[in-house]
Amino acid sequence: MAALLESLLQKKVDAKEAVRWLRRRQQGEDRSPCKTLAIERLQRQEFVPFLLNFLREQSSHALANGPATPAKTPSSRPIRTQGFSSERRGCRIGTGTGLRSTSRVQLFSPTPSLSPGSGTEGDISQGVLSGVSAMSSPSFSSGWSPGSRAPPSERRSAQRPSLGDFMLSPPEVQGHPSQRRGRRRSSGTAAHQGRQSGGRGRSDDVGRRSAGGVGGKMNTSLSPTTVQLNFNNLEDFPPVGASTPSPVLIKPSRRINPTPVSGERPLSKPKTCFTSTPFRDPSIPATISGGIEAATQVTGGLHGLEEERELLRREKSKIAQQACSPLKPVPEPCTPTKPGAKPRASPDLQVTPDPSKVTFIPELDLLAQLYCVCISENLVPNVFLELFFLLQLLTSRTQPVAEKEEEGLQVTDVLESHYLGSLHNCVYFAVKVLENQFELVCHLDKGTLRLLAENERLGSFSPSLRERLTQAQETSTAKVAPTLPPFMQSVSFQPATDNRSNFSSDKAFHTFKKQRDVFYELLREWEDNHQEPGWEFERVLGRKVREMVSQMSVAGNHPHFARLFQKQLVQMCKTQQVTGSPGDAPDPDLLGILGADSLGRLKRLQERLIQPQGLTGPCPPPSFPGHQEFFRDFLQTAGSCQLNQHLTDSLCQQLLQLDEVSILDLGGTEEEGESEGDMEQQDEKQRFSSVLLTARLLAKFLGFITFLPYQTTEPPAREVQEAAIAMRNKRCTVLDVCAVLRRSVCRRRMVLTVPWLVEFLSMLDFCGPFLQCYRTALGMLLHIYRRLALAQRGYMSYLNQLLLVAVLGWLFQIPVFPEDLFFRSDFEVEMLVVEDGATAQGLDGLPLVDQQILYTCCPYLSEFRKLLAAFVAGSMAKSGGLIRKITPTSAEPRGPPAVRSQQKLQAELEQAFFHNQPPSLRRTVEFVAERVGSNCVKHINFCSEKGPEAIRILLPEETSPAVLSTSEHVTVRLATEKACSWLSSNIAALIKREWKNAFQRVMKTHPSSPAAQGEAVLAWEQPPLHGADPKKDMVSHCPVGCAHKASLPSDIIIEMKEALSIAVGPRYEGEHLSHRELEYLLLRVGKTLSCRKFLTPVSEQMILHCSVLLACKLVCGELPLTAQLAVPEPDETSEQSISPVCALLQQLVGLWRRDPCPPTPCHTLFTETVITKVLSAGETNWHDFKFLARQLLESRLLSEETLSRWENLSKLPWPFDSMKKIEELASVLSALSLQSRQDTMHCPE
Amino acid sequence: MKLSRAEYRVIAKYTDQLKPTRQCMKMLQERFPGYLPSTLLSIFSLEYQKRIKRTISKHHTPEAFEDYYQSYMHQMKMCRSSQVLFSLANKVDLSPSLMARIILERFLQEQDDTPFSKQVLNSMLRDPSSIPDHSLADNVYQCTINDCCYGPWVDSIKHAIGHEHEMLLHDKLREKNLSFLDENQLRAKGYDKTPDIILEVPIAVEGRIVHWIESKASFGDDHSHQNYLNEQFWSYWNRFGPGLVIYWHGFIEELDCHRDRGIMLKDGFPSDIVTLSYRTG
Repeated sequence: MAALLESLLQKKVDAKEAVRWLRRRQQGEDRSPCKTLAIERLQRQEFVPFLLNFLREQSSHALANGPATPAKTPSSRPIRTQGFSSERRGCRIGTGTGLRSTSRVQLFSPTPSLSPGSGTEGDISQGVLSGVSAMSSPSFSSGWSPGSRAPPSERRSAQRPSLGDFMLSPPEVQGHPSQRRGRRRSSGTAAHQGRQSGGRGRSDDVGRRSAGGVGGKMNTSLSPTTVQLNFNNLEDFPPVGASTPSPVLIKPSRRINPTPVSGERPLSKPKTCFTSTPFRDPSIPATISGGIEAATQVTGGLHGLEEERELLRREKSKIAQQACSPLKPVPEPCTPTKPGAKPRASPDLQVTPDPSKVTFIPELDLLAQLYCVCISENLVPNVFLELFFLLQLLTSRTQPVAEKEEEGLQVTDVLESHYLGSLHNCVYFAVKVLENQFELVCHLDKGTLRLLAENERLGSFSPSLRERLTQAQETSTAKVAPTLPPFMQSVSFQPATDNRSNFSSDKAFHTFKKQRDVFYELLREWEDNHQEPGWEFERVLGRKVREMVSQMSVAGNHPHFARLFQKQLVQMCKTQQVTGSPGDAPDPDLLGILGADSLGRLKRLQERLIQPQGLTGPCPPPSFPGHQEFFRDFLQTAGSCQLNQHLTDSLCQQLLQLDEVSILDLGGTEEEGESEGDMEQQDEKQRFSSVLLTARLLAKFLGFITFLPYQTTEPPAREVQEAAIAMRNKRCTVLDVCAVLRRSVCRRRMVLTVPWLVEFLSMLDFCGPFLQCYRTALGMLLHIYRRLALAQRGYMSYLNQLLLVAVLGWLFQIPVFPEDLFFRSDFEVEMLVVEDGATAQGLDGLPLVDQQILYTCCPYLSEFRKLLAAFVAGSMAKSGGLIRKITPTSAEPRGPPAVRSQQKLQAELEQAFFHNQPPSLRRTVEFVAERVGSNCVKHINFCSEKGPEAIRILLPEETSPAVLSTSEHVTVRLATEKACSWLSSNIAALIKREWKNAFQRVMKTHPSSPAAQGEAVLAWEQPPLHGADPKKDMVSHCPVGCAHKASLPSDIIIEMKEALSIAVGPRYEGEHLSHRELEYLLLRVGKTLSCRKFLTPVSEQMILHCSVLLACKLVCGELPLTAQLAVPEPDETSEQSISPVCALLQQLVGLWRRDPCPPTPCHTLFTETVITKVLSAGETNWHDFKFLARQLLESRLLSEETLSRWENLSKLPWPFDSMKKIEELASVLSALSLQSRQDTMHCPE
Repeated sequence: MKLSRAEYRVIAKYTDQLKPTRQCMKMLQERFPGYLPSTLLSIFSLEYQKRIKRTISKHHTPEAFEDYYQSYMHQMKMCRSSQVLFSLANKVDLSPSLMARIILERFLQEQDDTPFSKQVLNSMLRDPSSIPDHSLADNVYQCTINDCCYGPWVDSIKHAIGHEHEMLLHDKLREKNLSFLDENQLRAKGYDKTPDIILEVPIAVEGRIVHWIESKASFGDDHSHQNYLNEQFWSYWNRFGPGLVIYWHGFIEELDCHRDRGIMLKDGFPSDIVTLSYRTG
């Protein structure tokens, strides 16, 4: 491969031919004759990794900015670990530390400064540190390399058997380990040593030093970095230091780690993604390998010696370094000893890239051309990774390497020349490729486009590209709108699924009631505390979770809980991912507002507002951001196989349902633009977005649960793994991913299926990818990826394709994806055939994906913008590190705040309304609104007329008037809004105005809308139709015209109680009640009893009871009444003058006589105690008592039972006087009662 | 009315020395004239209940029962009065109603002819005239009528107040044309937790969504609010989303801290209500 590139660079091979060769599609055409050299014998899969590695190496010095751009490619392994899978894992383990450091090394190592020996040293460190960083470059090169290249080829051919070797060229290669080759990489320490030359900005962060491999050697002093350091990773700090005297160039290979995303890395312990560089060449044709073998063998022998030497050298230089470098940031602590090397400019003296200073233009053009083909043809594992790499080159701040070195030193090896050795060249190359990839670039979000267009380097190298970008940015309507942070909502209780009838027993029902509450309690506790330092889910909530889950087992509530869990998950996490992608770009209007004068101030402000932030790079490992973390931790902590099984079932079911969702093809084309098109199309798009996001979320959790039992922090031992694979291959998988994928390809629904499958597969455990079904699926996905070359517009719409390319590229870079897979040629790929006829439900061709969806699904795409923004800020701020801008402006649309918040509130109210209604109601409303709205546009019918009509017909009959009317109104609003928004976006300004006016005129004058309003009001005034309310019946018993103004029963009871307690004491001295007070109280009692509104049977009974007690106290003379006023009321004395007490008693009897009145406990009056008290109180009291008894009897308030009590009383042994009185009264009473019995047989009850 | 926690503490501290009598209530109102009597009574009631809960264990022992009963019997022998029991309750700082219950229970256990049951006991407390011993009847009556925190009287007053406030709430909602389902309707539909009302169409109060309203005819102090949160309010949120609690007799204003989480407190029916408006065009 090297030879091919060499030949190309030397113009021995025509570039066009190479391009043609690269372009050739995978299948079939490879056979077509290729005349020059042995190109036809080569595999593109070998050349591409080589080229990528080559570019990374070439530019390694320049990539200080931002996280590494890994390109996960099969790489050579350390010699000692030859086992395929364990090796791979070995790498991963190592990556946390060693790899990172190595990668940084490579980033900074100036190629020229490395000695040939350093390569050897690298070997050691690879083995020791990471086992991964070794870069094996394709060793073909030696086959074609001229004699002068012997030394490099020697270096390259060091025996590094690589994983790929084993896997790809099966028995043959295994038989000849010597065949395996790899370009040795300078790695680890070796690279550090040369690195000082990088002349980057200082870095003050000592702590960032790599803990791993190089740590020991590190010299605090330097590591001059410019801006972009990954603060998230300690290893990211460029190791500093010793420069190795290296007379000969070696290719520094870089392995770049994916920077772990902040904290959240469930499955991925810092495994690794890999640098761009090390691509192993797969099976090597035997024909060419012969020559190399010899060379390898020779080098192999030398290897040990070299290593030792290098070690020695390294130690020496380390000592030297420590001696010479104090803590101060020395930009140039150790100059590479390479002859001809000049001292670098200090990082302060930043070089401005200058188009006129670009060297190697023809070669750069050639490289760019080849590189572009690789990108356009999806020959690279991740298109966006390459784009990120380019932007890193564009924004590099490191002043490179061996800028002028070549001038003095004739470099004979064309591959050793520093094509990207200067910043000028780097920027030139980047801009060149960006120009070529314009279509891809211009589909990024507006913020990124703006930053690119404003990038002065880009502008100075290609004004035309800048021009195009500016245009693209201006015309781009595609905006990634910040989604509102989801406010926590519960899953609403729906009687249809949640009431008692859905449970097997009362116990189960009540247990679930508790479980629901516990679940939310946990969620709230988590929300409140999980960000506190030291808070751990397991430690704090573990017991509660398991307790609740165990109750579930007892009650058999798993299906219920699984449903709740899943619904809550979707509700909280569906839209969460987008946060962070929008918003952090500075508000473009801010500059406009402030004007140029204030720019300086703004920038100072900006500097104050910036804070370091890690760029995570375009390939972060899978994570559970936001609330997803809760759900993950919950499942992990619960550890309930039953719950997991139920969840698996329901997740699968919903996923497959979602996967089948039909999205209508409404005939839109992409050219219509993102924001326009038929409104029905917009709806379908929205529906698609919702389905897609939900499916991705569910798939991720399905994957999580499925592979949870197999997750290990460390990869299993090789034997264990093989045994596990063998066993698991026999087991049914939870989801037939291959079948799902095949079907989606056939039916052209990849745009929906692939993104969620990717989420599912990203959760694989260590063994997962080696299981037959998943391996096949991964192979198919690879195949799909290759077929999706962005340059080749097939039937798919561009953004659909872009989404798939992005998610697949991500999958290929995350740790779980086997490294060797991508560049394998012998991979048996099942041919996926698109059914010709089955496009009815096809989605791939519909313009469904927009920037919003793209960035929501792939938040890592906003890394481009962060990188560019960091560059902008970095040119102002002197600080090292990346910066995040805290945008001081609100994300909300402009407008008077009150109006805006009112609108927001209305929208929230509407959402809230649907929240507690059955889902079918919402679907109905939306459906009707959609249809009616679209009808309105097409046939000028009116929303307010058709909408409510349809709703009335469609909703169940028992729907309450209020719900019905609200639904109708929401429908009208939605339909109108849809129509209006369609109008506003589709009709030219003039027509639009007319339409709107006409529309509003009609809306205002149309009788149906006010009428509907009126109806609603009426409907609400009526009692709800369903469920007759018993209390309502009582209200009807109020007297006609009752204003319900009577005293409240509680107040009455309190007052009567007060009076009674005054009667019994203890009381204050002189405390008394007046007749007037009592009279007034009784008056109010009467009113309260007649107004039934607030009265319950209990309080009514109590009031009556009080009144009887009051009567007792009156007749017994126990109430401390004030002296009688002389003048009686004229009314009362109208017939015959009665005492005030009797008047009160009369009033009381009046209360009890009301109709209807529940039985009054009058019998209390005729007890021995009362009679005794009355008799002992005196004649007046006896008189009052007789009066009362007579009144009661006349009013027929004395029941038979009371009368019989009286008779019993008279049989008691009373004193003589008393006896006489009692008998007298008894005779009166019995006479009266006889009379009344003659009238009616019963006294009223 | 809303009270700061500090204000609440001052009042609560003062109530430490009070007995649950109307005389003490008068003292309380005179001491804190700026507060609504209903608020003060409600605060006292809460504090007194806490006090009783703290001390009830020492009264609820067979020894104590016997001691009180003997003491009552002895006093009655000395001087036949209807205030013996009431004085005894005050002396040992127990709620008079609870004291009456203890003594009555002990008395009934001694009666051979009437078989003892809780039902009989409760009905005698409600209607002391049915107690065979007239002196005891008077004593019991005096205890229950003078107790403003415990006993059948208080129970029925609380019942009445609770119901009245619910009805008031319904009234206010109807006044505003807000359609709702009440507790009975919800129960009929099989809801497992039922706030006083659920709005069929949610409203916004002070810019916050409200799906349900719970009416509490009491003062919201830390203790009771915490209990309500655990037993009711969070459960309502867990099922119906954000809602509103009305503490008609006021609450400690610091407790209104879950608004963002969807539980809002008010001391009366809110005035700032926004409903879905349907202006089209």
